[in-house]
Amino acid sequence: MKVLTRIGFWLLVAAVGLFALFPFYYAVVSSFRSGAELFSVAYLPERLDLSNYVAVFDRQPFGQNILNSVIVAATVVALSLALGITAAYAFGRIAFRGRALLLMTILAVSMFPQVAVLSGMFELIRSFGLYNTLPGLILANLMLTLPFTIWVLTTFMRELPKEIEEAAFVDGATPWIVVRRVFLPLMAPAAVTTGLLAFIVSWNEFLFALTFTLTNERRTVPPAIALMTGSSAYELPWGTIMAASVIVTLPIIALVLVFQRKIVAGLTAGAVKG
Amino acid sequence: MTSAVAQADVPVPHQARGRRSSLTRSRLRSAWLFIAPSLIILAFIAGWPLARTIWFSFTDADLNNLNDYEFIGFENYLANYDGEWLGLLTDPDWWHSVWNTVWFTAVSVSIETVLGIVVALILNAAFPGRGIMRAIILIPWAIPTVVSAKMWNWMLHDQFGVINDMLLRLGLIAAPITWTANPDTALWTVVMVDVWKTTPFMALLILAALQMLPGDIYEAAKVDGIHPVRVFFRVTLPLIRPALIVAIVFRALDALRVFDLIYVLTANSRDTMSMSVYARQQLVDFQEVGVGSAASTLIFLIIALLIVVTLAAGRVRLGEDPR
Amino acid sequence: MADVILKNVQKSFGRAKVIHGVDLDIRDGEFVVFVGPSGCGKSTLLRLIAGLEDITGGDLFIGGERVNDLAPAKRGIAMVFQSYALYPHMNVYDNMAFGLELAKSSKADIDAKVREAARLLQIEPLLERKPRQLSGGQRQRVAIGRAIVRDPKVFLFDEPLSNLDAALRVQTRIEIAKLHTDTRATMIYVTHDQVEAMTLADRIVVLHAGRIEQVGTPLELYHRPANLFVAGFIGSPQMNFIECTVAGVGPGEVLVSLPGGGTLAVPVQPDGVQAGEAVTLGIRPDHVRISADGALTGRVELVEELGENHLLYVDAGQGRRLTVREPGDARHEAGSTVSLDLAREFCHLFRGTGEALRSRTNATSPTSPDLASSAA
Repeated sequence: MKVLTRIGFWLLVAAVGLFALFPFYYAVVSSFRSGAELFSVAYLPERLDLSNYVAVFDRQPFGQNILNSVIVAATVVALSLALGITAAYAFGRIAFRGRALLLMTILAVSMFPQVAVLSGMFELIRSFGLYNTLPGLILANLMLTLPFTIWVLTTFMRELPKEIEEAAFVDGATPWIVVRRVFLPLMAPAAVTTGLLAFIVSWNEFLFALTFTLTNERRTVPPAIALMTGSSAYELPWGTIMAASVIVTLPIIALVLVFQRKIVAGLTAGAVKG
Repeated sequence: MTSAVAQADVPVPHQARGRRSSLTRSRLRSAWLFIAPSLIILAFIAGWPLARTIWFSFTDADLNNLNDYEFIGFENYLANYDGEWLGLLTDPDWWHSVWNTVWFTAVSVSIETVLGIVVALILNAAFPGRGIMRAIILIPWAIPTVVSAKMWNWMLHDQFGVINDMLLRLGLIAAPITWTANPDTALWTVVMVDVWKTTPFMALLILAALQMLPGDIYEAAKVDGIHPVRVFFRVTLPLIRPALIVAIVFRALDALRVFDLIYVLTANSRDTMSMSVYARQQLVDFQEVGVGSAASTLIFLIIALLIVVTLAAGRVRLGEDPR
Repeated sequence: MADVILKNVQKSFGRAKVIHGVDLDIRDGEFVVFVGPSGCGKSTLLRLIAGLEDITGGDLFIGGERVNDLAPAKRGIAMVFQSYALYPHMNVYDNMAFGLELAKSSKADIDAKVREAARLLQIEPLLERKPRQLSGGQRQRVAIGRAIVRDPKVFLFDEPLSNLDAALRVQTRIEIAKLHTDTRATMIYVTHDQVEAMTLADRIVVLHAGRIEQVGTPLELYHRPANLFVAGFIGSPQMNFIECTVAGVGPGEVLVSLPGGGTLAVPVQPDGVQAGEAVTLGIRPDHVRISADGALTGRVELVEELGENHLLYVDAGQGRRLTVREPGDARHEAGSTVSLDLAREFCHLFRGTGEALRSRTNATSPTSPDLASSAA
């Protein structure tokens, strides 16, 4: 009975693991096959054909797309954290009038449907001449990352001991010095967590990137992959798409494997403790 | 600070003066200074565009010329021309997309909740490799939605797809299925991919709740010889219910605005079109900023209503004493 | 060096008033301890002096200057927190240097001051360590060191020893006393531990429900508590209280009738007490003696042997329980009946309001053994 339960348990674990990993595994296998090979199903890798990987960069500016994604995501993370930490100090530690209402508004913004701002944002971006530019995307993505960055950092900020801040005030620190010299170093782990989440959100963002860019050179990775076409309009280059998918997924998987604990901490801080 | 030096023998009017010390004043001042940049930026990139979207929904604006439009009242929503009702609220495609979205949200969030609990219970058990397992189930969540949609698109390919191949080999189906094109299977396909992608999120939130439960109640139940299944329904589930509700609400709000997955998986197909896909189609593909904005506004109102109800339900407690 | 003067200082959190107009005059160089049960407002009062909380009403003067509106750093104070509140990411040296650095002291000046404080506290080998690498006692020293380098006019301590174990607490207590002797700085110290209060203080301030109950030297508080609260709060085991009625009033003494039927002439100033008035008689366990024909009789309920002395808990009827402390080993067993004698010169009388009648003999008893034992 006990052995049976054991076996059942491990089968369940294996099933969950397989379900989670198989699509990615299959994408890797497919990415190494090209031409007519793709018209038959293969469960195991046969040979290491890198022609799809060459084709991704050859047939379109995929390197540029990746660079665009990195620039947008990195800038968005940097801006969100810089603005978020100072705001989180105010929200987390100072009892000012209207705090609850403001914080609630910010939380509501983080739950906004993106499409609700689409036409207004389109107008905004175009009127600043930012249509089809990276700054335009940065501005738009900030709307997605800034509210939850503030929110998650605020929950972390509340957990820091009050006495450390008071000791700093007795030592003659101004609120700004408290944030910069005392809380910033203490918030570093929380900032890494929140920054990772913001990075993933920006890296994966599709609707804005699709709507606010026009040319392939300005696209970030998600619309680039979504709009990838082959030699003819009817035939999608599946091998190339899979290669592109593997390329952009690998860094994310690396991040997840390395920072698994931090990501989980950030997710739960944003949701459960809220 | 101005009255810092007061003579001890000079009577000081106590009650009339502001009672805030320099520390409190400087903290309050800096509070506003610290949140001002964020607030200004959010007003600029969220508040203003939202307001403009709502405004556009009352106009006949066109995407190519956003400066030249006229106010037309509620005509984008509902209008009567010679006894014939027109507008968004009469468009069967809009109502179809509303139904699709609601159905998708209800079905996928239900499945994700059940599966999420199962996965969370597995991960809550102590077994070698638990950390790796936790990282593995995070991978589907972290993969860009567009990429996962493409991966599944390929697996679900009607001719060369691995899913059809597997099912044929196992003898479960007689002929390949056109998963994403067939109206009967298309929305289920979307649900399946969404389940694959977001169950980890559910599982991790539930796991966090499970790990906060005190261990001794389980030991007590064990000593009392209560069956584990009974323990789960009578002890575990009631205890994690608050966290579960929060997770479900978060997921539901997310599912109601679904766009990427459906757009990439099934394109602008009417059978699977969600509210967001509909709104963008009107806005960008048909250049009908007025109608698109009207749809956007309705989506916003629906979700805003849900947010307000949720916040009012007190599940999300805000503004408590920060200490 | 500075004196600290509180004039009708009040504090409210919203509608809840937690400090009700405190007047206090702390002299330059004095070591003052705030004691009281938890929630009495002692920590709040300290935080008001530090400037960490706003003063709702009244005035606070440090060194003759009204500091109500001054930021903590400008008040010339330094504070040692209960949790030490060291900056976790800075090493010991930087923890102590931070305040000086913010005050824009010169590098050489900072270095000299930090090293001097480290030498004084014998933490020189720890200067490069991070707080998490230190023991509780070492962290406490760093926290004190951080206060010392600021060279404050007034040191504020907020229950600084409560996170230390018993042995370390005694040792650190002695060091704080030594620090006071060395620096002669004004020190204000909050604790709920009356042993700390008795041993450290020049004067003790007993607080209760946001009000000062009594201010005085440790021995004044012990021997001449101003009211029932202070009498019950200071001294361990607690003072015995017996409800009685006034039988008569003489010059310099009040005659009370005890519940058992006997009477006792207590040498206190009558101050308008009337015959028939209900009063509370208070007497410390050391001053209740077992005798052949005492004023009260009772049954021994419990005996606690402490080695150098022992405690008898005696049921004197009608739920009245008296504690008796006798030297040496116990000579009575639980269940036996004893007769108790109250040493009348050590009796206190409290009126219905809780207020004590002034003692006629102004002297503190020089032979009393109780202080030494209560501080142990």
